[in-house]
Formats: sequence, C-alpha cells, structure tokens
Amino acid sequence: MSELTRRGLGRAALAGALTTAVAPWAAPWPALAQGVNPIRIGCSMSLSGGLAANGRSAQLAQRIWAEDVNARGGLLGRPVQLVSYDDQSNPANVPALFTKLIDVDKVDLVTSPYATAMIAPSMPVVMQRGMCYVALFGAGVNERLKYDRYFSMNVTGDDIKGHYARGFLECTKMLPNPVRSLSILAVDNDFAQRAAESVRGMAREYGLRIVYDRSYPPSTVDFTPTIRAIQAQRPDVVFFASYPPDSNGILRAVSELKLSAALLGGGMVGPQIAAVQAQLGPILNNLVTWDVYSPEPTMQFPGVVEFQEKYRARAPAEQTDVLGNYLQPYAYAQMQVIAQSLARVGRIDQEALAKDMHANGFETIVGPVRFSALGEWAEPRNLFVQFQNIADGDLEKYKKPGTKVILYPPALKSGTLRSPYGAPA
Amino acid sequence: MDPTLSLLLNGIVSGLLLGGLYAAAASGLAVSFGMLDIVNIAHPALMVAAGMAVVLVGTALGLDPLLVAVLQAPLFYLLGTLLYRAYHHFFERRGDEALQGLAFFFGVMFIVEVGLVLLLGPEQRFLDPDYAFVTWRLGEIDVPLRMLAPALLALAAIAALWVFLRRSFTGLAVAAVAQDPEALRLMAVDPVRIKRIAFGLSIALASIAGGALVVVQPIEPGSHQVFIGRVFAICIMGGMASLPGCVLAAFLFGVVENLTASFYGPSWSPAVAFGWLLLVLAFRPQGLFGRLA
Repeated sequence: MSELTRRGLGRAALAGALTTAVAPWAAPWPALAQGVNPIRIGCSMSLSGGLAANGRSAQLAQRIWAEDVNARGGLLGRPVQLVSYDDQSNPANVPALFTKLIDVDKVDLVTSPYATAMIAPSMPVVMQRGMCYVALFGAGVNERLKYDRYFSMNVTGDDIKGHYARGFLECTKMLPNPVRSLSILAVDNDFAQRAAESVRGMAREYGLRIVYDRSYPPSTVDFTPTIRAIQAQRPDVVFFASYPPDSNGILRAVSELKLSAALLGGGMVGPQIAAVQAQLGPILNNLVTWDVYSPEPTMQFPGVVEFQEKYRARAPAEQTDVLGNYLQPYAYAQMQVIAQSLARVGRIDQEALAKDMHANGFETIVGPVRFSALGEWAEPRNLFVQFQNIADGDLEKYKKPGTKVILYPPALKSGTLRSPYGAPA
Repeated sequence: MDPTLSLLLNGIVSGLLLGGLYAAAASGLAVSFGMLDIVNIAHPALMVAAGMAVVLVGTALGLDPLLVAVLQAPLFYLLGTLLYRAYHHFFERRGDEALQGLAFFFGVMFIVEVGLVLLLGPEQRFLDPDYAFVTWRLGEIDVPLRMLAPALLALAAIAALWVFLRRSFTGLAVAAVAQDPEALRLMAVDPVRIKRIAFGLSIALASIAGGALVVVQPIEPGSHQVFIGRVFAICIMGGMASLPGCVLAAFLFGVVENLTASFYGPSWSPAVAFGWLLLVLAFRPQGLFGRLA
C-alpha cells in the first residue's frame, strides 16, 4: 500500500471534490430576482436521494403556488421568490443549508423540507434564529421541543399514538363478521414505529389479540419469509407500517403467497404514489390504507381541482409523480398558510406571524386548517381509503372518484368496505 | 406438512432464490475487488444504472428485461474499460490507487446516482414481465418466477464467466494478474490490458445484475445503497477472488437472512447474516474458497 503523503492526501481530496462537486448542480439555482425587493422564502428540499420523489413533487407544488401568488400581485405588494437547496435526503446536510438560508441568503421566511427525518435536524437552527416555521409532513417533531413558532402541515395531529390507527381499527366494525386476531409488521423508522405503537395500543379496545408483532430493517430485499410467517398465524387483520419501496415488496409477496385477511393494509406509504399504483395494479384491490387525499366528492375543497390540473400538466416534464394525489396539495396548502397569515399580520414579523397562526384558522385547498398549541393540526384527519375497481395499471382512474374510496373519517366517507383482501375484486 | 417444516423449507428455497440475486450483484465485485484489488464501491450504483437502462430500453422496445440486460452487457463492458482507463491513468499508474482510488469510485457512485435523478427523475421505475406475477407451487413450496428467473440468469452468467476464466488464455491471465502482474509482463502479456478486460467484464456483470434487480423489485436511483454492504460482505466471505465461493456465500447470506426472518423476525436478518460473516472470517480468514497468501 502506498504511503499517504500530504500531496497524496491533496490528490485524494481533489479526486473527491471533482467527482462530488456535482452535488450543487443537482440543486436548483436560486430563482433570479423578480423585481424590487421580493419576499424570499427559503427551504432545503430532497431533490436527490431516497426522499427525492416526494421532495421534487412538493417543490413543484410550491412553485405553482408562487406563480399563482405572483400572478395576483404577490404578497404585501411584493413578489414572492422561492430559494431552495438540495439536501440530498441527508439529514446531516440540513443544518448547514438552513444556516446559509437564514444567515447568508437572508431569506425572510423559511419552510421545511419534506418529512420528519429532515425537519428534525433543521429545528435547532430555526429555533436559534426565532423563525416562524411551517413544516411539511412532520410527525411529532415538536413533541419535546415545544417550539411555539412551529406549525405542521400534516393530518396526524398532536397525539399520533392515540389517533393514527383509529380509522383502520374502526374499519373492523364495518366487517360482516367479528375479527379476533391482528398481525403487525413495521419498518424500523420513527413514523412507522409510532404507527405500530398506535395500533398496538388500541388493539384490545377492538377485541383484537396480537398474534404477530415484528419490525423489519429498511434494507430488507425479500419479504416472502416474513409474509409466510404472518400467514402461518392466520390473522384476521393485518397491519403494515411500511415505506416505499418496501410497501411494494410486501404487497408483491402478499400476492405471490396469496395471503388473505378480512382487513389488510394499515399505515403503508407507497400505494399513494402513482408509480406504485401503476406497477401493482389489481394487487391493490381491497387494500385499506392510510392516506391524506383522495379525489372523492367529499374532498373537493375549493381550489384543489385547479391546483391538480396545473400540477398534472407539468409533472411529466418535471419527472415527478404524475397524479399529485398525496402530499402535493398539502405542499401548496403549506404556502397558503404563510400567505394568509402574512396578509393578516401585514408585515414580516416572526413573532406576530406565529401568534396569528396559533390564533386563527386557514382556508386551504386541503380544507380548513387550525393549529394546536404544539403546532400540529388541532383536529387530526388521518384518512383510511380502500382501493377498489382496479383492473390494470392505468393511472387515469386515479384522477376520478371510485378508485380510492374513503372509509374513515365518517365526515369524508365516500363508499363502503369490501372484504376480504385477497378475494377477487 | 407440519407448519414449521413448511416454513423451514420455504425459507431455504426463498433464501436460495434471494442468494441468486445477491450472487448476480456480488460476482462482478469478486472480479474487480477480489481479483484486481480495485475497491469499486460504485459497482452497485452501476448495477442500478444498468437496471434503469433495462427499464428504458425494455419499455421502449417491448423486450424482456433479462434479455435486455444480456443485450446491453457489451455496452457496459465498454463502459467498464473506459472507467478502468481513467482509474489507471489518474491513480493506479502513479501508485495512488488506495485512498485516491476509493475517493474516485465514491465520486463515480455519487455521479451515477445524481445523474440518474437528473436524467430520469427520482421516481421508482419498473418493468414487469408477465412471468413476474406467476408463482409455481411444488407441494407446500412456493417458487415465485419473479425470483427464480433472475437467479437462473445470474447463475448462467457466472458459470459462463467461470468457464472463461478457467479455459481461455485471457481468463488465465486475469487470474495471473491478480497474483503477479510483473510475471505476466515477462510473458509478454500487458497486465494493464488484462486488467482492463477483467474490469470491463465485472461491469458487464453489473448489467446482468441490473436486469435481475428490475425483475425482483422496482428500482430508484438510490436503490444501490441497500446492496453496498451485502455485496462486499459476500465477496469477502466467498474468498475474494473465487467465483464459486462468491456464489456459495451469496446463497448462504440469502438462506440465513430468510430463515432468520421466518423464525425470529426480519429485524434480526442483517445482524445474523453479518454475524455469519464474522464467524467465517474467524475460522477461515481467507473466506470460504479463498487461499491463504
């Protein structure tokens, strides 16, 4: 082995720098100034790496919002400019990017990257600078920090353990026959473990005995042995808390082994994504899973159809989720919250904005929103939907009602439960 | 059949099938890392790039993903030779291949991932042939063709490579260059050329592995991260330069992972599989089929 010299180390550094210097190219250049003194809103977003699929589609939704606002004359008479950097789905990059946004770029406001794992590392920087912070799809981030200027655009609410799985278990009451046994499989990450904790805690209340309760690492490639072990327990109800692409692997294994259950699904992240829907096709039939949006008549809030038309027109060129039925309306609504609060306060004042957000509600394209003391949604709205009437991987049907039928909450219910999973649709 | 016995047999069979995929991913590395001593950490990323190419070409032409993987393998061979030229010119020639070479391949890995995101987007891509939805049932044993077909192709490709390495002059030279490049030079054989050929072959195997991966699961630009630890572990467990050892280690890894998942839960699978690696290295530091230096 060659001896490491200072020159050698320099070459190594150069080699690394030359080859990794592409990273900043992946981040979009900060938008050019759009006139005099724009309101600058900054964030880091996962535009590459594991979270990029959702990060890029969230960014497209935010860009559509900025264009809509600027077309109407901007905010407080000033144009809006979005400044974002690619955090590469790496939580370690987030604090430095937020420091740059606030201290160097001097943005007026900050919004969060997508999801808990990326929001959490941004919190110390945001809190030190006293910024009002509207986050996207964070779950329980502020539970211990109790930062009074944190607000979360997510349906899970303050108490994930107490609320998350309620809707899924309520679906057991819609079954023709009583169910007795429950199996739980959850990926080893924060959100899925909270989801599993929620269903575990409420199982007894619904008369369910837990016959299988395991976690799996995110690096799992083959789910057939795990699904076979679940099958051996013959559970009536199967609850998965999974992330893509695991959700895909789990459902493929369920289909291959012909696992059937009166109620199967749970907290699966993946079936909401267009690419997964296209691939799995009829395998999704009768799956009951957590969701945040479905184009059912009960969720036609003002503005959402117009947003989705704009989004769907641009998504193919942007190479991101072509349907926009998941977090995309919430990313747009996240920015609506900022806009409405700014309009009420009349100036950029972090403290005043936070007080306004605590005190008032918001009308958004995902419906009316009000925040709790912790900054979560005051009223949780975990949807549980069932996939129905799917014969192939064509995505057009997902733009219309009747494919992702809402079973819970009752106020948004749009169809009836079909059981079991695994039976011909 | 007794349910426990059924779980056991199915765990072994599914583990062997999973091992086929691992063998596909690790065999290329057994050539570059094991025989040529090139720490190509970008190998799984190139496998995913090959998988993406399989999806694009297969979708456009309506071809089977495994067939596309075989057809595009020569192109990946050429890519491998170009990559080796760059590596040799900038690092190996100067004797800087250790740390600098690692940094180079780390950079290549990063460029491949980000390049795929920029070119194709971060979304999952898939190409499912009809047989991917078929499961053969042999009594109580389930054999999904989604796992069987890629495993068979992988084993065929590895067998062909093994015959080439054992029977042809160039193949024997590849084995020789791993041991003593100077001796090879004395026999009027250019070791750099031989290494270039061998590295090209390792990347061609990444193409086969990419096609196999597409049949098993949808892929995204970051999918390679799941395989980095496994393929290096399998390569080391098998005995570095040994293709049969690599295949055996891949099967062992797959079976241990799946049996652990069946009986003790999937959380324990990686720990037990990597624990086996430690055990093998404790009793056979040279790996299953390796030779002591």
